[in-house]
Amino acid sequence: MSFGEIYNIAGAGMHAQTIRLNTVASNLANAGAAAETPEQAYRALKPVFTTVYNETQQGKASGAQIEVSAIVESDAPLDLRYEPDHPFANEQGYVAYSNVNTVEEMADMMAASRSFETNVEVMNRARSMQQGLLQLGNK
Amino acid sequence: MAINLDAALGIHPQTLDFRVERSKMLAGNLANAETPGYKAQDLDFKAVMTQINSGMDVGRDYQTAYRVPYEASADQNTVELGKEQARYSQNSMDYQTSLTFLNMKISGLRSAIEGQ
Repeated sequence: MSFGEIYNIAGAGMHAQTIRLNTVASNLANAGAAAETPEQAYRALKPVFTTVYNETQQGKASGAQIEVSAIVESDAPLDLRYEPDHPFANEQGYVAYSNVNTVEEMADMMAASRSFETNVEVMNRARSMQQGLLQLGNK
Repeated sequence: MAINLDAALGIHPQTLDFRVERSKMLAGNLANAETPGYKAQDLDFKAVMTQINSGMDVGRDYQTAYRVPYEASADQNTVELGKEQARYSQNSMDYQTSLTFLNMKISGLRSAIEGQ
């Protein structure tokens, strides 16, 4: 009987969701950033989640942790706006703004914090299960 | 007259262990609710009970199986959050039940030993 692994799974989940929230914060903060060239423009960061399986000695009945394997830049098209008066405008008068989709980021933020809460709840429940076990045989 | 503790406690330590292992698996499903391509897994309680009833020593070798989702999702993830949360919650209640049975067994033994 190992509760330790449940704490690891929930902890890894909380960590992954924190990274996701960090990228959301970064994206939202840079949502309106303009750049001199399209190469320098801020591109939305997206975490990539992968599953890591924990094997038991028997090789069965394992839990599945989550891991952030990479943080990639979104390849959505940049937001080119026609602003000839802007100091960063190119010859055609266009300015490259970041490709952050604010609405998408807000939805992602809610999903991430919900997911974080789920993991906290899993951990709390595991703790109360373990507490019950420790008091086994008490009058 | 010796008391065989394993026999006295009955099936409950085994089910308690099963519940912990299952909650580990369900915790993994919940953690991976948004991982693309993740396939939700579960342990089969019925298979364990059949093994125990047929007198086999189950040990910790539980059968895992992949869940069949009610609806397919675009990212091939088969975790259905609401259902998974319900299962996790029910599993921990079942754990509490096994724990209570175990406690009752122990207090029964205690009464027998103390003779009161």
